[in-house]
Amino acid sequence: MKIKTILTAVATATAALTIAGAASAGILDDVKKKGFLQCGVNTGLTGFSAPNDKGKWEGFDVDFCRSMSAAIFGSPDKVKYTPLTSKERFTALQSGEIDVLARNTTWTFTRDVNLGLEFIGSNYTDGQGFMVRKDLGVKSAKELDGASVCIQTGTTTELNLADFFRSNSMKFTSVVFEKADEIRAAYDAGRCDVYTTDRSGLAAQRSLLKKPDDHLVLPEVVSKEPLGPVVRHGQSEWGDVARWTLFALIVSEELGVTSANADQMKSSKNPEVLRLLGVEGKMGEQLGVRQDWAYQIVKTVGNYGEIYERHVGVNTPLKLERGLNQQWSKGGLLYAPPFR
Amino acid sequence: MAASSETQGSTPRVSLWNDPQKRSLIYQAIVVVMIVGFFGFVINNTADNLEKRGIASGFGFLYSPAGFDVGMSPFLTYEPSKATHGTVLIVGVLNTLLVAITGIVIATIIGFIVGVLRLSPNWLVSRMAYCYVETLRNIPLLLQLLFWYFAVLGTLPSKRDSISMFDTFFLNIEGLFGPLPVPQDGFWMILLAIAIAITAIVMIKKWAQKRQDETGQPFPVFLVSVGLLIVLPLIAAVIAGFPLEFEHPQKNRFGLRGGMIILPEFAALILGLSLYTASFIAEIVRSGIQAISHGQTEAAYALGVRPTVTMRLVVIPQALRVIVPPLTSQYLNLTKNSSLAVAIGGAEIVAIFAGTSLNQAGQAIEIIAITMGFYLTVSLLISMFMNWYNRRIALVER
Repeated sequence: MKIKTILTAVATATAALTIAGAASAGILDDVKKKGFLQCGVNTGLTGFSAPNDKGKWEGFDVDFCRSMSAAIFGSPDKVKYTPLTSKERFTALQSGEIDVLARNTTWTFTRDVNLGLEFIGSNYTDGQGFMVRKDLGVKSAKELDGASVCIQTGTTTELNLADFFRSNSMKFTSVVFEKADEIRAAYDAGRCDVYTTDRSGLAAQRSLLKKPDDHLVLPEVVSKEPLGPVVRHGQSEWGDVARWTLFALIVSEELGVTSANADQMKSSKNPEVLRLLGVEGKMGEQLGVRQDWAYQIVKTVGNYGEIYERHVGVNTPLKLERGLNQQWSKGGLLYAPPFR
Repeated sequence: MAASSETQGSTPRVSLWNDPQKRSLIYQAIVVVMIVGFFGFVINNTADNLEKRGIASGFGFLYSPAGFDVGMSPFLTYEPSKATHGTVLIVGVLNTLLVAITGIVIATIIGFIVGVLRLSPNWLVSRMAYCYVETLRNIPLLLQLLFWYFAVLGTLPSKRDSISMFDTFFLNIEGLFGPLPVPQDGFWMILLAIAIAITAIVMIKKWAQKRQDETGQPFPVFLVSVGLLIVLPLIAAVIAGFPLEFEHPQKNRFGLRGGMIILPEFAALILGLSLYTASFIAEIVRSGIQAISHGQTEAAYALGVRPTVTMRLVVIPQALRVIVPPLTSQYLNLTKNSSLAVAIGGAEIVAIFAGTSLNQAGQAIEIIAITMGFYLTVSLLISMFMNWYNRRIALVER
């Protein structure tokens, strides 16, 4: 009887502790309190996130982290980066090791619904492609029957690859690595015939090969890859901050606000610009961040177009056209809800 | 208080707390409750938080389609379209076991040879063995694996100009290609012949032992065994009309396909693991042999026993008693170290199941638990076997 009583007491105490442990404050408050944003990025993908020669993280995805930091703290530099492989990324986010994941991650049903994640949108619309050596004489992905393919583990790429070859009744052998630079080394050494990943990734990797001009990205795009930042499921307040940071980047380009003219635009006649820059309305306060959050983002980091051109655009080694990542008004897919 | 109970003498009325036996029982009960409570709390809390964050749990994912390819599956035909995460687990387990068993066999052979060579009276030979041991056991295994994979096997010739041996074996950057034996009708006759040969060998061995005990006449069991193992299956093969065909690798647009292939990832893993572990085994063997008093050898020589026989029948059996327990640890290490294959694209359980499956299914706790359970089981089985062997060779005192 006594033991039973003790056990009941322990069980009750356990239950009480559990509830106390699970109920934590929102991530936004936590981030403000600790004074920096913990951001999960790629271990090294030129143009998207890679340390530069001074050891500072740079790239398209890194600039999303910097934008969020600017919105919350008024300075883009209050970010700590956690480099993650594609295999580690979701566990790091689920466990709370990072606050936000900006690591060219494809938005899929399973990830959104089953993994306890929440995709806040797409900041880069991509598709999977194939890169081969020119001297193979291959002109189309349909000619790849029997090829050996280098892929990265833990990606949608792995699944699309199997699907593509199956639907075209072709066979392949795969060589699987965990890190992008391992794949590049193996592909460059000739261990595999084909390197497949998102086309933006192929462009980035191709620019780093020994002889980039000897390689060709095949015309086929075999999948939809909406890449976007991710937060933990069930944190709507924090999700809103991340989502509207992305929309602010898109809308500021649409409205013509740039890092150069952000100050002049504060006296614009367009009410949406005024609301965006925090001159009118209380959007920042409602979001739980600085009143001039969007102004800080554009002023210190830039708008979507500026970020794109700086890291991956036609004047960079990646030479990526805007393509689908153009404003909706110019035939692209970038479309943000109105700021009102 | 304890003192007062002693002075009182017979059958003192001691409170529960002052009775050392009951007190220790209470302590133990409290500890048990705390441990149970702690684990209960951890499990409950995890389940609760998983549910709150909308992360799926349970083992249902083992039956859901995997949809990705694994690099190597020598025992099962793995088709990405049909495979489930359960299939991936099985492939991973089999690949890890293959690596572990191959590695252990090769490491033991190299380790014994190098260990004996270190004791060679020849200066050059013993120095070379010494250099091998000191170099390989003092460089981290991961670096050695990367060295073998990227620096050695990465420089193999391209697919266009692969090295050809007798037009049967081809070596290029995609691996070592050779003919795959495909059994035809009547292959069972060869298997039967091998079985008969093995039975015969066991019987001959017993007979030879008995004869030697009685008459002192030795019988060349080893040579006869080898002869039987070659001749009997050969006769069977001739009778059945060579029921074995070879599937040769075929050239296609991209390179060689089909036949039997040893992938460079697998080769680098085996090379790295066995050479590294062999350096430790060599030291274990050397210390085991040196632990046997030189008087034993001298006594054998005095009786006119030849050096090789002395080694085989006098020194090694005694040395094994010293060698086997640390050898077990090396086997366990090798098995667990096989998980480093992740770094060089090997397809064993950590890479494909605790890696890719974990990422696609997202169920870290279940998958890591299964993987840990697997390693624990394998390690315990290895130690069980080695402990049994150790008891068998232990000194029987008469």
